[in-house]
Amino acid sequence: MNQKRHMGLKALNRASNTAIYILLIIISVVWLIPFVFILLQSFRVESTYQVGYVIPHQWGWQNYINLWNSDFKRWYLNTFIIALASAVLVTVIQLCMSYTLSRFRFKLRGPLMRFMLILGMFPGMLTMIILYRVLSDLGLTQANAVPGLILVGVASSGMGYYVSKGFFDTIPKSLDEAARVDGATRFQVLYKIILPLSKPIVIYTILTAFMGPWGDYVFARYVAMGTSAGYNVAVGMYSWLTNDQIARMYTTFCAGGVIVAVPVTILFLCLQKYYVEGVTGGAVKG
Amino acid sequence: MKQYSDLEYLRLSKGQKFTYKLTSFFTAIPRGIGHFFANIGLYIKKGVTGVGSELKDIGSTFVNGDWKTKTSFVVMGFGNLARGQILRGLLFLFFEVVFIAYMIFGGAHWMSMVPSLGKVGPSNEYDPVLDIYTTVYNDNSFKILLYGVLTIFFIVAFIYTWRVNVRQNKIMEQILRSGKKLKADKDDLRSMVDENFHATLLALPMTGILVFTVMPIVFMILVAFTNYDGSHNGYSNNLFTWVGLDNFNTLFSWTGGAGGGQSYSATFGEILAWTLIWAFLATFTNYFLGMFVAMMINKKGIHLKKVWRTVLVMTIAIPQFISLLYVSKMFARNGLINLSLMDLGWIKQPLPFWEDATWARVTVVLINIWIGIPHLMLITTGILMNIPADLYESARIDGANAWQQYRKITLPYMLFITGPYLLTSFTGNMNNFNVIYLLTGGAPTNPAASGAAGSVGYTDLLITWLFKITTGADSQYYLASVVGIMVFVVVAFISLVVYNVLPSIKNEEDYQ
Repeated sequence: MNQKRHMGLKALNRASNTAIYILLIIISVVWLIPFVFILLQSFRVESTYQVGYVIPHQWGWQNYINLWNSDFKRWYLNTFIIALASAVLVTVIQLCMSYTLSRFRFKLRGPLMRFMLILGMFPGMLTMIILYRVLSDLGLTQANAVPGLILVGVASSGMGYYVSKGFFDTIPKSLDEAARVDGATRFQVLYKIILPLSKPIVIYTILTAFMGPWGDYVFARYVAMGTSAGYNVAVGMYSWLTNDQIARMYTTFCAGGVIVAVPVTILFLCLQKYYVEGVTGGAVKG
Repeated sequence: MKQYSDLEYLRLSKGQKFTYKLTSFFTAIPRGIGHFFANIGLYIKKGVTGVGSELKDIGSTFVNGDWKTKTSFVVMGFGNLARGQILRGLLFLFFEVVFIAYMIFGGAHWMSMVPSLGKVGPSNEYDPVLDIYTTVYNDNSFKILLYGVLTIFFIVAFIYTWRVNVRQNKIMEQILRSGKKLKADKDDLRSMVDENFHATLLALPMTGILVFTVMPIVFMILVAFTNYDGSHNGYSNNLFTWVGLDNFNTLFSWTGGAGGGQSYSATFGEILAWTLIWAFLATFTNYFLGMFVAMMINKKGIHLKKVWRTVLVMTIAIPQFISLLYVSKMFARNGLINLSLMDLGWIKQPLPFWEDATWARVTVVLINIWIGIPHLMLITTGILMNIPADLYESARIDGANAWQQYRKITLPYMLFITGPYLLTSFTGNMNNFNVIYLLTGGAPTNPAASGAAGSVGYTDLLITWLFKITTGADSQYYLASVVGIMVFVVVAFISLVVYNVLPSIKNEEDYQ
C-alpha cells in the first residue's frame, strides 16, 4: 500500500518535472527568439524593409557594409567613450556614497537619506529642460554632447547608492571595529579591509555603469538636438526606425543591434557571477 | 477599529481574518496621512525653537567672547587665525571673500531681478552706423531665475558657514579656558581620513547631487509658477514672469481645452488612471511570474539549472532600446508577426497591436513581462534559496501540498523580504519611460484629448506625457513642471501609505 503510494508520488513528480522541462524550453525559445531574428535579418540582402519571413533568401554582409558607411561609427565611439568614463567615475562616486551611508553614523545621515529618497520621487525627466539650457550655455550640447552627457550622468549618480549600500551592510561591522582598535584610520579600514571583500559589488557597479549608457535614450536625444555627430547608438538607431526611414534602414538597424549587443553581452556573461551576486545581495534590501 | 493581539487574531475565522487585514490596511491610510501632517507640524515646531536657541547662542557667544571672537563675527576665520589654526581660518576667510565678491559682481543684481524676472524684453533697434535694424537682447528671465536660485543656495551656505565659524570660536574659547591645547592643522588634515572621513567621501557625490539634481528640481518647481514656454522663452522672444497658481488652475479646470477636446483635468485623470493600472500590472505580473520561473528552475530534480538561468540572464545584457524597438516593430501593422500570419493565411487583416487602445495596453503589459522576468527571476532565486528547508520538510510531514506550501511559507516569506523592492518597483514602473516610449510612443492617439498639450495617446504614462509636453509644438514647460509636481505628489503619497503599512522597512538596523 505504502509502496504503491510512493510509486504514485514518484510518477507524479516525474510528470511535473516533464511539464516543467517543456515550460522551460518554451520560455527559453520565447526569450531568445527575437534576438535570433535580429541576427538572421541582419544578413538579409534582398530587401531592406520588414517582411513576413525570418530566414533570408539571400545572405550577405551588405547591411554591415552600410553600417560602416553611415554615421554609426561615430555614434558607437561616442557611446563607448561615455560608457568607459561612467564606468570609472560613476563607480567611484557610488561606492563613496554607499560605503559612507552604510558604515558611518553621523548626525546628518538620517536626514540625508530621507532627503535623497524624497528627491528620487521627482521625475528626473523634469530637470532635462534646465540641464539642457545649462549645458548649451557651457557649449556641451549638439556635436559636443559627449562630455555633457558624462558630466550630467556622473554628477547625479550618487542617488543610485541603494544596491551597493545593501551589499556593504552585509559585511560585519566587527571587522571595522577590530581594525579601529588596532589603530587603523578610517581610510585604512576602507582601503585594506573593506575593498578586498567588496570585489563583487565593485565589479557589479562597474558593469552596470558601463552598460547603462548603451541604452540611454531620452536625455541623450535632448542634448544632441538633432546633430548626428553628438548621437549615441540609441538615439541614432532610433532615427532609423522612424516612418520615413524604416523601409530603407530596417535591416541596417538589425546589423547595428548585433554590433552593439554582442560585445556588451559577452562582457556581461563573463562577469555574470558578480552581477547575480550584486542583484541578490544588494538590490532587494535597498 | 478594534486592535487584536496576536493570540486573538489566530483565533479568528478565515473570513474574519481577511476582513481584519483589509480594514487594518485601509485604516492605516488615514493614519499614515495623519502621521505625515503631524510630522510636518513637529518639524515646524522644532525649526522655530531651533532658530530661537541658535540666536540666543550666537548672542551669548558675542557678549561673552573676547575680542578675537568678536572680530570673527565680521571677519570670518579671524578667531582661528589668531589662535593658530591657520588652515581653518584661511578656508573661512576665503569663503567669505568669494561670497562677498560674488554678491557684488552679480548675486545682488540677480536677486533684485527675481521678483519681476526681468523688465525689458528684446527689442528692434536702429543701428545708425550700419543703417539696419538689429535685435537687442536685454533681460534674460531664464538666467535671472537660474542665478536667483544659485544665489539663494549660496546665501544659505554662507549663513550656515558663518554659524559654524561663530560656534567654533565659542568652542575654542572653552578649550583654551580649560587649559587644553587646540587641534593643530596637522590633526585637521589627519581627521579628514579618520573621524571626518565620511565628510571627505561625501563631498564630491553630494556636490554633484546638489548642482545637477537639487538645483534643477528647485528651478523646475519654480517654473510651475511662471508662464515659461516656447513663446515666452525669456530671452529671444518674450520674457516670462510669475503667474501664481494659474497653471495649477489650468491643469485642474473642467472646461474644454483649446482644440475643442476634453478638459485638461479629464485628460490628466485618464492618464493617471492608466499610469496606476500599468504600474500595478507591470509590477505584479513580473513579480509572480518571475517567482514562478525561479521556482521551476530551483525545483529539486531539474537539471541544467545553469543553462536555463543563463538563457534568461543573457537577455538582460542586451541594451533595452534594441530589444524594445525591435519587438515594437515586430508587432507593427506591417511587422513580422502580422505579415507572417497573413502569409500563412491565418488572418485576413493585420492585428491592431498598436492601433487599438485595448490591444496596445495588453501588448505593452505582455512585452513588459518579457523584459522583466529575467530580472525578477534573478532577484527571487537568491531569496527562495534562503528560505529554511526544514520549514518545507515539516509542512510536507503534516501533509501540505505544493500549493499550500507556497501559500503558507513561500509567499509570506517573499512578501516580507521583498516589500521595499515591490514599492520601489511600483514607483519605478509609474515612471517607466523607456518601455512605453520605445514600444508605442504613447500610441494610439486619444482623439478626445487633442486639446491637451502634446498628442496624448492611450498608452501614455504621466512621464511620457510630460516629455511630449516639453518637446511638443508649444513647449509648455510650465505645464510640464506642474505635471512633474503631480507625479511627485502621487509617488510620495503611495510611498508614505505603504511605508506605514509594511513591517520590513521600518527598522533599517534590524536588517544589518
